Order: sequence, then C-alpha cells, then structure tokens
Amino acid sequence: MLLGKVSLTPALCTALRISPAFSGIQKQIGAAATQNARLYASSQAAEAVLDKQAVGTTTATKAATAKKAQSVESQSFAVNMFKGQINPSQVFPFPSVMNEEQTQFLQELVPPVSKFFEEVNDPAKNDSLEKVEDSTMESLKEMGAFGLQVPQDLGGVGLTNTQYARLVEIVGQHDLGVGITLGAHQSIGFKGILLVGSPAQKEKYLPKLATASGSDAASIKTLATLSPCGKHYILNGGKIWISNGGLAEIFTVFAKMPMMDEKTGQMKDKITAFIVERSFGGVTHGPPEKKMGIKASNTAEVYFENVPVPIENVLGEVGGGFKVAMAILNNGRFGMAAALSGTMKGVITQAVDHAANRVQFGSKIHTYGAIQEKLARMTMLQYVTESMAYMISGNMDSGSKDYHIEAAISKIFASEAAWEVTDECIQVMGGMGFMKGSGVERVMRDLRIFRIFEGTNDILRLFVALNGFQDAGKHLKSLQKALKNPLGNAGLLAGEITKRAKRTAGLSTGLTLQGSVHPELSHSGNLAVKAIEHFGVTVEDMLLKYGKNILHEQFVLKRVADSAIDLYAMVVVLSRASRSLSQGHASAQHEKILCETWCIEAYDRIMKNVKDLKSSSTTQVFKNMKAISAAVVENGGIVAPHPLGF
Amino acid sequence: MSRVLVGVKRVIDYAVKIRVKPDHSGVVTDGVKHSMNPFCEIAVEEAVKLKEKKFIKEVVAVSCGPTQVTETIRTALAMGCDRGIHVEVSGKDYEAMGPLQISKIFAALAKKEEASLVILGKQAIDDDCNQTGQMTAALLDWPQGTFASEVTIDGEKVKVVREIDGGLETIKISMPAVLTADLRLNTPRYATLPNIMKAKKKKIANMKPADLGVDEPPTRLAGVKVETVDDLVAKLKANGTI
Repeated sequence: MLLGKVSLTPALCTALRISPAFSGIQKQIGAAATQNARLYASSQAAEAVLDKQAVGTTTATKAATAKKAQSVESQSFAVNMFKGQINPSQVFPFPSVMNEEQTQFLQELVPPVSKFFEEVNDPAKNDSLEKVEDSTMESLKEMGAFGLQVPQDLGGVGLTNTQYARLVEIVGQHDLGVGITLGAHQSIGFKGILLVGSPAQKEKYLPKLATASGSDAASIKTLATLSPCGKHYILNGGKIWISNGGLAEIFTVFAKMPMMDEKTGQMKDKITAFIVERSFGGVTHGPPEKKMGIKASNTAEVYFENVPVPIENVLGEVGGGFKVAMAILNNGRFGMAAALSGTMKGVITQAVDHAANRVQFGSKIHTYGAIQEKLARMTMLQYVTESMAYMISGNMDSGSKDYHIEAAISKIFASEAAWEVTDECIQVMGGMGFMKGSGVERVMRDLRIFRIFEGTNDILRLFVALNGFQDAGKHLKSLQKALKNPLGNAGLLAGEITKRAKRTAGLSTGLTLQGSVHPELSHSGNLAVKAIEHFGVTVEDMLLKYGKNILHEQFVLKRVADSAIDLYAMVVVLSRASRSLSQGHASAQHEKILCETWCIEAYDRIMKNVKDLKSSSTTQVFKNMKAISAAVVENGGIVAPHPLGF
Repeated sequence: MSRVLVGVKRVIDYAVKIRVKPDHSGVVTDGVKHSMNPFCEIAVEEAVKLKEKKFIKEVVAVSCGPTQVTETIRTALAMGCDRGIHVEVSGKDYEAMGPLQISKIFAALAKKEEASLVILGKQAIDDDCNQTGQMTAALLDWPQGTFASEVTIDGEKVKVVREIDGGLETIKISMPAVLTADLRLNTPRYATLPNIMKAKKKKIANMKPADLGVDEPPTRLAGVKVETVDDLVAKLKANGTI
C-alpha cells in the first residue's frame, strides 16, 4: 500500500488504527524532523539517538539529563539484552500474579464465556452478515463483555490484565470479528479514559462505556482550535478506517493544535487527546468498509465538522496526546497475543483432529513426517505466543511500567505465528481446509489484518530495534564519557575491558541463567546466554558502525529486531518450561521438548542474523535490493522485458 | 409460599470423552472438566423463574460432595439463586454415596428449611439413576411431579405436565411437593459476568450429613458371583432374603 506523500500528516495514529502502510517512512522521518511533528516510534528513537528527549521507556530521563549515565536501571529483559546483559527479574520465574480470590473468580468466568461462544455466537453468520448478529450483541452487552477492565464500582467487571487475557483468549478462539469489536471498544476506544482520565471523566463515561455504547480512537488529520469563549475546542477533520466508527457514541480523538514551545519560543503542532461524544454534533461517518476479514467488525470513516468539545473533555494534558496514545497502545497490546494464542489453539485442534483420522496411502496422515513437522511447528508457535501473552500480562499486573518492547515483540510474534499456524492448518486439512464449511478459511481472512493494524509489524520491528539501540547507545555514550576521565571511572572501565577481552578470546563473560533456568534445561539456557552475548556485541558493532544513521538502515534494523524477537521467545519458553518442571506438571516433559526444540532453532536463526550483519556480501545484498526497488519504482512496475520479447 | 430447595449435582461435562481408569476401578475424574448436571440447570432455571414471577420468595441451591461442588453452587447463585448449602461429603464416602443417602439429606433439609417445593433434575448424566427425586418425595411423604415439562402454580396446588412413555400426562398436586425437571421444561439462562460478580457476595452455608441426622453411607459390600440359578436361590435363602 504505497501512500501518496501528500497531506497525511505524520502518521502518529497510523499506530492507533489500521495504518496506511509506511513505505515512505524514511522520507517521512526526514519530513518529520523538519516539520517538527512527532512520528510514532521511529522519530522517538531517532530523536533519542540525537540526544533529545526520549519518550519510550519510563527509565528514560529528560533531555537535559540524558547525557548522564543512566541512573535508573531498567528492569525490562528486552532493554537489557540489547546491552548484552541479563536482567532476569521480569522473566524468571514465570509470573504467577493472581491471588486465590482472583484465580477463583476467573475460574468461574471461563465456563459461561466459553459456553456462550460455543453455543450462541455464530461466527459464520456474523461473517456473512458482515455484522455481529443483534441478539448476540445484546447478550454480549448483558454479559458485561464490553467493560471487562472497567472497575466494578463503575459498572464493569474489574478484571486484571491477566484475567482479561484469559477471557480474550476464549473470544480469539471462536470469533476474531467479535474480538475486534470488543477489543477496539475497550482496548483502544476508551482505554485512554481508563488510564489517564480524571476522576470526573471516569465517572461520567466509564459506566456508560462498560455497557457498551461503542467507542474508538480517531486521529491526526484532525485539527483543534480553542473557541473565542475559551470554553470549547472546535474539532475539524477526520480519519479513515475506524473500527466501530459507524456504531460508536464516544470517541477518543487525537487532534493537532499549534502551541507555543517554551524552549524555542516557536509555534509547534502538538497533539491533544479529547473525549468526543457523537451527541456534541458535527460527527458523521461513512458507510461500512468491505473487508477481507473481520467482516463482523464495523469499519468506517469518521468526520468531524466544527465539533464543539468542552475543555473538561481534554484527556490527559493539553499537548500531551502523544503520551496518551503510546500509553493506550502499549497497554492494550498483550490482549492481541492472548487472543491469538486462543485462535491458534482452536485451529490446531482442528488440524490434529483431521490428521488423526484421515487415512492416505494406507496410514493415518499424522504418521507421516511431513505432517508431524507441521503439527510440531504449530504447537511450538502457539506455546511461545501463549507464554509471551501471560508473561507480559503478569508483568503488567505486578506493576511493571517497562514492558513496551516486550509488548511490541509479542504483537509481531503473535500475528505472524497465527498466520503461519492457520495456513499450515489449512494445508494439513487439504481441500477441506479450503472449504467455507470448516471455518478455517474465515479465520485466515480474519487474521490478515493483525499484521497490519495497531502498528504494522514492519513499523514495530523498527520500534523494537531503535528502542533497544537507544538504550544501548546511552550505555555506549556513558562509556565514552567515562573514557574521557579514565581514572575517575576506573572500576566501570576495568569491567568493560575485561568483558570485551573475554569475548574476543571466546571465553564466557560470566553471564549465566543458572539458578533461573531448571537444571534439565541448562543446555538451552546456555544457548540463550550465548545468543544474548553475541546479540549484545552485534548491537554495539552496529552502533559504532552507523552511529545516528542507524535510523536509516532498515535492512539492519529488521534483522536486529528479528533476533530480539527470537531471543525474547527463547527466554519466555525457558521460563515457562522451567516452571512446569519445578512444579512437576504431567506435561513437563512435553514442554521441555517444546522448549529445547524452539531454542535450538531460534539460536540458529539468531546466529545467522548476527553473521549476516557482519558479512560484506549481505551488505552488498542490501545495496542490490535498494537498486532493484528503485528500478521498479521508476518503471512503475516490472523492468525486465518479457522472456518472449513481447 | 416462601422457599424452594433446588438440588444441583457436579458431574463430568457432557462434552468430555470419558476414559476408564487403567485399574478399571472407575472413570478418570482428575483434571477433567466438570459442570452442573444439565437437568439440574433446568431445575435451577425453573426455580428462578418462579421467583421472578413472584410465586416464591427464596431459592436455595444445595449440593452434596467435596469442596469442588461449591463451584457448582456458585453457578446456581449466578443464575439467580439466593443462597447455597454445601453438604460436605468427601473421599470414599462420596464415591459410595447414592440416591438413597442424597434423598435422606434432601428430605432433612426440606423439613429444616420449611421448603414448599423441592426441585431436582430428573436424573444425573453420570449415573442415570432417576431415583433421587422419587425417593425424596417418599421419605417426606410428599406428592411428586416427575419428568416435568411444564409447571404452573395455581393457588396451593401445582399443575404439572409430565412426559411419560405414552405422551403427556397432566396432574395437579398439592404443596409441599417434589418436582423433577425434564429436558423441555425450559432453556437455562447464561450466567452473565455481572451476575457472577454478584453471586460472590451470596452466602453458602456449610454442613455435614451428621448435622442433619443422616448416617454416613454404608460401605458398599462386595457382591458374589454364582455359577447357576440353583446356587443363587440357595444363597438368597441362606441370607434370609427369600
């Protein structure tokens, strides 16, 4: 989807909704820098690398103090692995965050929700009607499905992130269209109010929203200006592709406002978040879009024409809309991984059922290696996704604020794993898989959007890599500074020198997961440690080679991100399998095999990426790809003449 | 007309594939999904409906068994029952328990709670005994309306349409009475999440069979196989049965 580089102002909120894809990102980053507007993620890291104020991690300090060595240690595993360090506090042991009451409550919720989706909701009907059946919608509202995380005293179910994940898993297993309708409403639409709303705003809107009057986020092409009387903002603009756009009564709108920048004294466009009610007047929407999948979910353009918004409806700070947006997105991401792990569970059951019963060439097809490999890969992908989802929700419930890299990783992984698993399921089922009746083709169509919306996976990879580089870069900078005063920083420098000497000599630098990982998994644990070490070195090498320009090296960033994803995945399954072994689960040995197999393959992939990033032939490949792309773009299509000459 | 007692049983979920234990001593229950017996769900629904129509004031859900049965009582509470009673029986006693002991417990409770109606499912899907309702009525010497597919309260009487082998039979019985629910009596409601939350605040009382004056169930004696009919007759004569 090539975008005209025209008026679409920096797609901050491409991240918020289905984004017109980012093929012009480099141009736009340049444009962004000059236009002074803030781009989602990429510009964040760019600015950070340029030593400006970083917004990403909570451990990031303000611009002025960014030059000092990082004083607050990030507890995030991902942040540390970019520095070649291991901080196990958030990953080992596998989080178990629910108390007895919460566990019991959740156990009571699962059966009725499952029953509803098995017996009442009809995904095939929803798909062909291109909307959620009215009766189903009513039942969902009565059931409280629209306010799962709204506090109980405001009329919601008051679930923690982990409890929410478990229920969303059930929805994902049965009907992603409904999942998006629910998710767009509560994970995005009114999450802003939940996270940063004032008590008055929460009391006014949450009870209504908990019983589902529909909501969604819209943004950025929209302009807000303060009215002469000073009591309202006037909103003008619109956005395409808003989920629930045709149904929502309440919107979270992000609009640009010119504001005085205190530092430069210039007018700058800043983003502010607003709670906008359709009843304010001037809010209209277009017809429902016809989509490949999640047809049951309503998607429409929304327009704002001179909509008066009372100043009390500003969400968060005036000009602080970007932070609100980031908070909302980060906070909702784990839900996707949870839902998709449910989806995968469902299709794997279908694939297994088919493989266990279908006879070809005289044997059940599950006895053939080709099928066995497919089923095994599907199982591992589901295991990793599920582990990521509940590790992150557990971290969030324990109060961690430092999980955005992991959340982004989980979204990328889950969406791609689900696509692969469902695709293989259709393959295992053969012709049956292709038929509407078995329902898997619908799941496939529903899944495609997950790699696109909520931040395309391509953008998120850049986000993961650049965020990681940002912290690693700070670390390097602090080392550079220390080098200017070697005597004063003898301890720090001595440590670093020893570490590097050991590395060059091929010795272990003392990094270990022993004590965290179960002894039966120690070999896989060692693979993870080695991978982290190599990864850390590679990250540093790239920074030293490219410096600030790493921002533009997307071929490099993609490979770094892929390695980071594989690394986090390894650690997550090590943690989960270790816990199962320690607790003596009946399935522990099975999980051990899943873990070991995953780690072997992930290690190989990481090592290959590391090697590629050092190799000159790969650099040549990147250059070639750039050239190929330039040629086809210039030609408006394929360049090579037809083999037949015409 | 104040109170209805509803019995609910925790059974292996109807959709689960039953597996026999390797030692053939029974069926695998560990880690297997359990839920409320479907006919008990219908019984609860009927009781809650009667309350909503204001024929009765309070619905009490009762279950006998180990700690896990409280989950089943909670489901009943989430469907609209007002409070629960958990009669604790565990381990070997629970395995040995059958309709006779259960009906003794229910009879005692019905008297204690001064219930006007006892509504049960017609049978449980694990043992398919179809005895508890009838035995309870007999112990209490109350009229019974079993296999009910329609229940209407008419003053001090209950009109029950029963599904029998030959078709439908309509009877009118006085209260207090015992009813057992058949499949077509109603369609049980789904417990909504807000109702589940409200149910957490409802009380479940705890007691033992002894508290109700009911003995522990006798340990089941092993049977004996005999070779011929003559042997059988001889044995029956010997232990005084005939």
